[in-house]
Amino acid sequence: MAVSGLMMLGYLAAHVLGNLKVFFGPQEFNEYGHWLRTMGAPVLHQEWALWIVRIGLLAAVVAHGVAAYQLSRRDIRARPVSYAHKRKRASYATRTMRWGGIILALFIVWHILDLTTLTVNENAQPGRPYENVVATFSTWYGNVIYLTAMLALGLHIRHGFWSAAQTLGAGSATRDRALKAAANGLALVLTAGFVAVPVAVMTGVVS
Amino acid sequence: MKLKLRVWRQRDAGASGTMATYEVDGISPDMSFLEMLDTLNEDLILRGEDPVAFDHDCREGICGACSLVINGDAHGPERTTTCQLHMRSFADGDTIDVEPWRAAAFPVVKDLVVDRSSFDRIIQAGGYVSVPTGAAPEAHATPVPKPDADFAFEHAECIGCGACVAACPNGSAMLFTSAKINHLNVLPQGAPERETRVLDMVATMDEEGFGGCTLTGECATACPKGIPLPSITAMNKEWLRANRKVKR
Repeated sequence: MAVSGLMMLGYLAAHVLGNLKVFFGPQEFNEYGHWLRTMGAPVLHQEWALWIVRIGLLAAVVAHGVAAYQLSRRDIRARPVSYAHKRKRASYATRTMRWGGIILALFIVWHILDLTTLTVNENAQPGRPYENVVATFSTWYGNVIYLTAMLALGLHIRHGFWSAAQTLGAGSATRDRALKAAANGLALVLTAGFVAVPVAVMTGVVS
Repeated sequence: MKLKLRVWRQRDAGASGTMATYEVDGISPDMSFLEMLDTLNEDLILRGEDPVAFDHDCREGICGACSLVINGDAHGPERTTTCQLHMRSFADGDTIDVEPWRAAAFPVVKDLVVDRSSFDRIIQAGGYVSVPTGAAPEAHATPVPKPDADFAFEHAECIGCGACVAACPNGSAMLFTSAKINHLNVLPQGAPERETRVLDMVATMDEEGFGGCTLTGECATACPKGIPLPSITAMNKEWLRANRKVKR
């Protein structure tokens, strides 16, 4: 869970930086989108670098999902009889890791259909990601799905990053406060960075 | 004080149980929670009913025998053991739910008594130091740095009550196992078995059917001895280190 989670987190950091290029206008954003296909050239063939990243990401997503399933099965088996006196346990971010993860998995499917394969995109012009992004965030459902998923992402990172540090043995009593602050900061920066794009389209800053 | 109790009653390991309702009267706020249960049991015996079975021993908060999940909290609302919990923590007329530790690895024996021998088997897998017998060595023969001694002592405080497992939403025994491992692994006396200890104890913990850790922190919150959550992190670090060192 920790290693695959950190792999995806590293990707998201690069992803959010790329997204923010949308504020520099259609030309720069579309050129950046094109560069993603030619990056690594001429050492690598067209789109090879992109596919290497995609395969690595797919492996991370699958590993993360399989590990989450195995862990959940094991945890449910370990408490066959639940308590009659119910009470909420742990923080909101911690309690929503499983459902939040499922929301994020469904979002990834939607996100690929929307902006990679363009199957469900209103604009659907290959090679013109800027116009496609604006089209997505000009629909109410595009915004609702995206904003819900990004809030889930923030909560998931808040507990996930700190937990990954504990799993890998990187935490300690003295470092705990710094790690929690880093997890919260990372969650906030990534969520704010991703949310900035639909908000900019909705307010007309990006059009 | 007059209280309404909802207590888990289960005839034996094979029987199915239920929450039974009782009323107890004449409870002093200075009584411990166990003394309140003693009062209930005296009433039950006088009425010719089967008394409620529960685990207890020293009643001083140091042996780890008492258990009970009280209103959803392991050892009740105060951060102490059930035997050191006093009725002044409750209000007159309260309804109190009393349940046993709930975990697949802690099967119910009767009523509120659970079998915690899975903890014993984790200890048997490596929670000891192998030392030659004979006269005690000179106290200063093996110097221990003060921070290491403090770290070891903090973890040695674990009384093995199982509140961590009861409080964990996943029924995980990570905090107990990590306390036992950290206590010995940081000391020179524990060094010869440092790698096998963590590998064997974690393997036994997994075999016993405890859940996995999702770092909810409920264990450390419930622990009457204040074993800290980073204890689990220290165990993970030891486990990763041992796997690098030992090729199995």
